Amino acid sequence: MNTGDTAWVLASAALVMLMTPGLAFFYGGMVRSKSVLNMLMLNFIALAVVTVLWMLYGYSEAFGNDAFSGLFGNFDNAGLAGTVGQLTGPKDHQIPVLAFVMFQLMFAVITPALISGAIADRTKFWSWVIFLGVWVTIVYFPVAHWVFAFDSADGSVLGGWLANKVKALDFAGGTAVHINAGAAGLALALLLGRRKGWPKEPMRPHNVPFVLLGASLLWFGWYGFNAGSALGASDLAAVAFTTTTVATAAAVLGWLITEQVRDGKPTTLGAASGAVAGLVAITPACAFVNPLGAAAIGLIAGVVCALAVGLKFRLGFDDSLDVVGVHLVGGIIGTLLIGFFGTTSVNSAGADGLFYGGGFTQLGRQAIGAFSVLAYSFVITFAIGWVIKKTIGFRVEAEAEVTGIDESEHAETAYEFGGISGGGRSAGKALGVGTVLEGSKS
Amino acid sequence: MKLVTAIIKPFVLDDVKASLERLGVLGMTVSEVQGFGRQKGHTEVYRGAEYAVDFVPKLRVEVLIDDLTADKVVDAVVEAARTGKIGDGKVWVVPVETVVRVRTGERGNDAL
Repeated sequence: MNTGDTAWVLASAALVMLMTPGLAFFYGGMVRSKSVLNMLMLNFIALAVVTVLWMLYGYSEAFGNDAFSGLFGNFDNAGLAGTVGQLTGPKDHQIPVLAFVMFQLMFAVITPALISGAIADRTKFWSWVIFLGVWVTIVYFPVAHWVFAFDSADGSVLGGWLANKVKALDFAGGTAVHINAGAAGLALALLLGRRKGWPKEPMRPHNVPFVLLGASLLWFGWYGFNAGSALGASDLAAVAFTTTTVATAAAVLGWLITEQVRDGKPTTLGAASGAVAGLVAITPACAFVNPLGAAAIGLIAGVVCALAVGLKFRLGFDDSLDVVGVHLVGGIIGTLLIGFFGTTSVNSAGADGLFYGGGFTQLGRQAIGAFSVLAYSFVITFAIGWVIKKTIGFRVEAEAEVTGIDESEHAETAYEFGGISGGGRSAGKALGVGTVLEGSKS
Repeated sequence: MKLVTAIIKPFVLDDVKASLERLGVLGMTVSEVQGFGRQKGHTEVYRGAEYAVDFVPKLRVEVLIDDLTADKVVDAVVEAARTGKIGDGKVWVVPVETVVRVRTGERGNDAL
């Protein structure tokens, strides 16, 4: 076992874990004050639900020996059987299998959490929990197998079809995470429909500082996501760290310049969004491009995503927090641009793209990877969502949506503004544990 | 007795209060309000989507005063609150039938 590599992978797993609460604040700041708790909960609950399923069968379904044509793994490792005390990785760089299990778990947690931004302000909590469980089981776990599960060197363990047969490159999850979540977000936004009043009524972000705080936590955690995907404290990790930083910085500039030209002002929300767009776009490419290529990818993502978030108004779907405009579009940009900017000079396991004499071969593979994940995720997500909508319902009642989903779904409100009260004299009274407010049971 | 009500820009409150104190005004009520006049609201842009914010934050200052001083109060408020730019606000005066001091039960001018 290589202790340096193990330490980095464990630390990276913890960094990626922080991304989900970071995402919760990134999204939470963007919703209205009456639905921020529901938004935080839709994200936070993913840590609980997906972790348990990952331990039970998810890891095995994604990274177990291939069960059928590179589509999903077998269930030999259910309950994490056969992982304790085992090592994985190339000679001299072996890490405990459980470090890898935990690292990959955090990816499985944040991917479905990303979807929640598309259906903010109107989603029934328990319906979302059921969706989470079903979605990771038949969408994320298999897709992670397609993209992240590699054949072992001796051929004794087989992985997924995109990674091994198509040879599409995706270092840290442009397809499996971002295109996957973005396509699912689009499906659910279409299925649940627009929020009441959208797009006529203003639905302004209630706490822009939260958004920037969340984006910063995401940026920090993303070092685990991208550099950690090297699965070792290696040269490749440093490359990924560098390209991640450069691309994100360029994307912030790209987004802000677009805003300045189009709207006349650079906004805080734009800076936060630009950072996330850059992080998304560099994710698949971070260990396959050089720093100049990373800057180009970031800049392109910043500009294109800033323009893409306006699409929902043209097309009329309420992707509330722009999961499509940032994650789907950003993921596609990053995945396809490997076909242009990829160079084997930074990573021999990579490929030369169009600009480095590699021709169109890799671009074609990247397109297959991007669009097969997009199509699969969209169709299956729509089907899961449709069944939930027709059975237990996916959306709260109109009245609950207007008065505030925090109160109707969670019996809480995020902020106590004081309101009219005279030092507690007329501010209401405590009802005691277990007392049910009249009319709160429906 | 008169009730003088002034809608002013929030940042001029200290000037208005100081000039009313110089006049000998003994009390006032201030509340945060929102509204618009000729200047309308402003627009905010989030990810390229423009939102018109119709109501602008203002302060409402209310002063109860005897009939003779009312005009001076109006002049003092107008002078202190004027920046010359659109959105400076309004001042109006309405007659008041009676005023009672809660603590003592005094009525009329004695209660001011």
